[in-house]
Amino acid sequence: MIAKRIIPCLDVKDGKVVKGTNFIGLRELGDPVEMAKTYSEAGADEIVFLDISATHEARETIVDIVKETARNVHVPFTVGGGVRSIDDMTRLLQAGADKVGINSAAVTDPQLITAGATRFGSQCIVVAIDAKKVADRWHVMTHGGRKDTGIDAVEWAQEAEQRGAGEILLTSVDTDGVKNGFDLALTEAIVKVVRIPVIASGGVGHPDHFAEVFDATNVSAGLAASIFHENTYTIQAVKAACKAKGVIVREA
Amino acid sequence: MIAIIDYGMGNVASVQTAFENLGYQVVLTDDHATLRKASHIILPGVGSFQAAMDEIEARDLKQILIELAETKPFLGICLGMQLLFTEGTEGGLTKGLDLIPGSVDRIDTTHLLPHIGWNQLQVTDLVPSFKAFNNEFVYFVHTFAANTMAKYIVATANYGVEVTAIVRKGNVFGIQFHPEKSATIGGEILKTFLEEVKK
Repeated sequence: MIAKRIIPCLDVKDGKVVKGTNFIGLRELGDPVEMAKTYSEAGADEIVFLDISATHEARETIVDIVKETARNVHVPFTVGGGVRSIDDMTRLLQAGADKVGINSAAVTDPQLITAGATRFGSQCIVVAIDAKKVADRWHVMTHGGRKDTGIDAVEWAQEAEQRGAGEILLTSVDTDGVKNGFDLALTEAIVKVVRIPVIASGGVGHPDHFAEVFDATNVSAGLAASIFHENTYTIQAVKAACKAKGVIVREA
Repeated sequence: MIAIIDYGMGNVASVQTAFENLGYQVVLTDDHATLRKASHIILPGVGSFQAAMDEIEARDLKQILIELAETKPFLGICLGMQLLFTEGTEGGLTKGLDLIPGSVDRIDTTHLLPHIGWNQLQVTDLVPSFKAFNNEFVYFVHTFAANTMAKYIVATANYGVEVTAIVRKGNVFGIQFHPEKSATIGGEILKTFLEEVKK
């Protein structure tokens, strides 16, 4: 049987892993390649790099990080953040990334999903959706969760699938950073309308939160950042918690 | 010297690294003379069956690959594994290299597609040295899979249906998943392939 995936996310700014995507008071945590290697050896099923560099020059450093990661890390990895064109995708995939994540640029120009899937294959294209509860539905948010597009997140997920997305990385703006668990209602709402794998993100504060989302929904993977980076919990601890609840995970 | 076929279908740096980590000299090439000198031929690939065969034809590689497979250890990985078969239906019915009888079709499952993630190998009795990998998790990313005869199947994975994961016909091997992305177990699988073809 296929295993549920546990994915640490590394926020990278100017070539260093930083804590959180909040631009105020960023703290450097370490070297992205070293951290990715450590997590993969500890049993991470994949790695996600999110480039939050603000300048074009700083974005160039991510390409070197991708090259080094491809040489040193033997699990799949995705790069997102600032991917706005087929050229951006080409640079990252040629440098050795397995998948690219597109977020705001896909909302602005949905054709980018289609073009990327046609060019590189659906398996390379992860559409990242940041969603926030507004009345009785969820809206797609862009610009790091600050701008409400008014687009219905459930409908957007379906469109992303139709346009050739291979996976959806779903982040709840409401639960992100709260550490009280994944947004189960949002996750369920998206998972039940698409036929591609969904990665849940936002809200993990404890290993049991992974077991909870895998139990409550048919989500394929769970992603977290801070609980791993702050050494609060290890990847192994998360997998042990999942296994204890009967969730199938890969033990490294 | 191991030759990895360079035909523009996906990034192969990780495949190259995986063999280099096992202590082999590796060259990425589509040059016929270099290919003839190689000890092993590796056919990687990510993309669609039809696009890959078009590239192989355009680069005049089809005939030499078929020839090399007669004498040299030959390994197809992911899409490269699918091309070993008679034909594929992705992007329209297309002839493959026909090194192993079978067809490559969309996986007929009720599960989500693509089949993405770590799945467990169910190893048959065909190649005893691979039995060590029974129940091990390896990383898959694909929507199409090979349908072939049991006598060529080394391992499968359960994804609602039995998905062909490793095949062998003589010195030709195929691996549907990504050994280069399957952590330490992936390296061990490549090493076992290299040991097996020495026999």
